[in-house]
Amino acid sequence: MSVRARLAVFVLTFLGASAASAGEVNLQVPVTEIAEQIYDMHTLMLLICLLIFVAVFGVMFWSVYAHRKSRGAIAANFHENTTVEIVWTIVPVLILLGMAYPATRTVIAMKDTSDPDITIKATGYQWKWGYDYLKGEGEGIRFVSALSTPQDQIDGRADKGEHYLLEVDNPVVVPVGKKIRVLLTANDVIHAWWVPAFGVKQDAIPGFIRDTWFRADKVGVFRGNCAELCGKDHGFMPIEVHVVTEEEYSAWVAEQHARVAATAEDPARQWTLQELAARGQEVFAANCAACHQADGKGMPPAFPPLDGAAIVLGPKGEQITTVLNGRPGTAMAAFGKQLSDTDLAAVITYTRNAWGNSTGEMIAPSEIGAARAAN
Amino acid sequence: MAAVTPDQLHGHHHGPTGLMRWITTTNHKDIGTMYLVFALIMFFAGGVMALTIRAELFQPGLQVVQPEFFNQLTTMHGLVMVFGAIMPAFVGFANWQIPLMIGASDMAFARMNNWSFWLLPPAALLLVGSFLVPGGATAAGWTLYAPLSVQMGMGMDMAIFAVHIMGASSIMGAINIVVTILNMRAPGMTMMKMPLFVWTWLITAYLLIAVMPVLAGAVTMILTDRHFGTAFFNAAGGGDPVLFQHVFWFFGHPEVYIMILPAFGIVSQIIPTFARKPLFGYASMVYATASIAILSFVVWAHHMFTTGMPAATQLFFMYATMLIAVPTGVKVFNWVATMWKGSMTFETPMLFAVGFIFVFTMGGFTGLICAIAPIDIQVQDTYYVVAHFHYVLVAGSLFALFAGTYYWLPKWTGHMPSEKIGKWHFWCSIVFFNLAFFPMHFLGLAGMPRRIPDYGLQFADFNAIATIGAFGFGFSQLLFVLAIVKCARGGERAAARSWEAAEGLEWTVPSPAPHHTFEEAPLVR
Ligand SMILES: [Cu+2]
Repeated sequence: MSVRARLAVFVLTFLGASAASAGEVNLQVPVTEIAEQIYDMHTLMLLICLLIFVAVFGVMFWSVYAHRKSRGAIAANFHENTTVEIVWTIVPVLILLGMAYPATRTVIAMKDTSDPDITIKATGYQWKWGYDYLKGEGEGIRFVSALSTPQDQIDGRADKGEHYLLEVDNPVVVPVGKKIRVLLTANDVIHAWWVPAFGVKQDAIPGFIRDTWFRADKVGVFRGNCAELCGKDHGFMPIEVHVVTEEEYSAWVAEQHARVAATAEDPARQWTLQELAARGQEVFAANCAACHQADGKGMPPAFPPLDGAAIVLGPKGEQITTVLNGRPGTAMAAFGKQLSDTDLAAVITYTRNAWGNSTGEMIAPSEIGAARAAN
Repeated sequence: MAAVTPDQLHGHHHGPTGLMRWITTTNHKDIGTMYLVFALIMFFAGGVMALTIRAELFQPGLQVVQPEFFNQLTTMHGLVMVFGAIMPAFVGFANWQIPLMIGASDMAFARMNNWSFWLLPPAALLLVGSFLVPGGATAAGWTLYAPLSVQMGMGMDMAIFAVHIMGASSIMGAINIVVTILNMRAPGMTMMKMPLFVWTWLITAYLLIAVMPVLAGAVTMILTDRHFGTAFFNAAGGGDPVLFQHVFWFFGHPEVYIMILPAFGIVSQIIPTFARKPLFGYASMVYATASIAILSFVVWAHHMFTTGMPAATQLFFMYATMLIAVPTGVKVFNWVATMWKGSMTFETPMLFAVGFIFVFTMGGFTGLICAIAPIDIQVQDTYYVVAHFHYVLVAGSLFALFAGTYYWLPKWTGHMPSEKIGKWHFWCSIVFFNLAFFPMHFLGLAGMPRRIPDYGLQFADFNAIATIGAFGFGFSQLLFVLAIVKCARGGERAAARSWEAAEGLEWTVPSPAPHHTFEEAPLVR
């Protein structure tokens, strides 16, 4: 739609055309029963409010037009009327009861997370989502899902793509028509998992588990955002859910399991410093660069530099502990639960040998395992 | 009681002059003026932040500011507008008007009155100055949710102290107002004869005394979690992040009414004056105000429907919240009934009052829609909510403050405000306000979260419109300053009863109101 067309829609809706087409001026097209109920409830509420609005302001603007001194209006002197006052107290109560009834039904339905077909745990991290398929077909699949829009698009050095800021590297995949229970938690601060088309928004609270559910009736790609302010890149941690047919889902699950098997690490593998640092650079770009920056200069003082930092150049034990457990009270997250021993060893090795840092030291994956055990 | 001695019978000011006059003054009119000027300055400070936010959001992509600074701006815009602009402005109105309207010579505790004002500038310096410290200002949102607020730098500590100081100032101001209203009314002015502005402020003052300590407690818990090893909001230490939200919103929801009840009071003074007809349903207005205040204590968790409460809790808070629509509706009906069969004229105060009813009611309707828990879960933390609370806070509180300013400026300055500037101010404000905030409803419904510096391409057009509206609204406010400055410096002389049909004790004293008024209490029949 052109700007002019949207302006027209804007003006129309302003004048009361509540039935404007869904999608851009209204709630997104619902694809679950709950979202459908919410959509209809909102339409109903809007109509009721509009009616009251027209009635009340019809009276007021008529009065503004007719009862003005310049038209010779003489002021009456009434200032109360018990009957009228009782009526306009009781009638709204009745209207509210009419609104409360469907809302109550939906609230209860939204809370019913029993008997899911598939249970997925979503974990909010600053600033990405981790997913674990806990139960049902696909059990055992786990991955991290981060924004895939290139920084150049954000900074205006490249044209913005169709799904700018609403696209991820690893989308959640679920089968159509199955009840999916989503368990939510967070690693650092509160996030919120929100997919508008599903009518699902649930806070992810660190240290606690909450749950919600959805059953998508249509295949397709549905997008949402983190909906609770979670720090610097709150606006850059979208959610992308692919609803696929059952066969496609089974194929996806098989593919995921095969990939895990193929990339399973040989714990006995001997790494060279170059190999480990190269892998570490990738891990760093995906997990650390948002704060500490690709050049290791950070964004002090909130996000300290690693280039030339004492913690990176000092004894390795301390750095391992910090990366594993995070720093309470700062944005430094605990990566122990997010990354494998090899990835942790790689990224620590990388930071100790990147930019101006040249300790020449290599941290072996086994050292991470030992540090975990010691905790 | 008051620091007014009997030998100051004539209307002039005695004592120190220049700056010392303002620092040492215990006169309610001087203090009221200082509150109002302070609020106006903070309003522009918060406005500059808002326009920077809107400039960044004009187009998709990052152009003007980076995400960290953007979050600092949204946070500080909220804190500055709530604690620096709207609340002090209403206290300024209370200081000027309550003694004049109840026939008292001054506020009950004149020295404490001075102190509660002079706490504000240092608090404001702490707050605004936090932009300059390492790490910048707090970026945790004006709601300061833990654990994000625990991650912040020292700007957060400065904000916490600023909130403490402003809270102390508000509590002192509120105690002063309660004592003044209860003890210093002119003989014959029974409670049910008090002007509605006085009634709304009495109830607001009780709300302030009840909830400001709760806010102080909440931010103190953040402070000790940050620096003294406590774990109120940290699950690893046995705490719960959601506890903060419960405590914050137990303050936060009554706070919403703290910012709107005095606005209801102002509008209830203005409508009868320009309709030339007594206020319809005075008693029901008082009861409605009291019911809103009482209900405000049992609805706080409607800000938290997405935290994952049990169904029964969600239902309780949903029903309680919906109930607030009843007394609020009564008020709107009463105003319309007051206008009905009146003999209306539309000077600037009336324009803003009618504009208030019209636009505030839209905010009321979106509030009702947000009360429905399932719908709220869709729109919570989206631009829909941003639109909703700006409809009640800007078109509600702020428009009422504008209306009240134009209404009582003749009493304060002795000159009539320019109708020409006032009308321009009104029409620009209401048009640009709607241009800025109406599209935000669509953005929120379509799925744009709030507090994000950048957004998907489908939100681009409405954001551009909103930014244009916001800049128009911002620059329109220069007209307000112009109107005030012109009125203070000269203009048509105002009579004691500056508006034809104005009722109330404040219109029995000369304009401008002399430095000391009602040293001998008037008799109210
Ligand atoms: Cu988040």
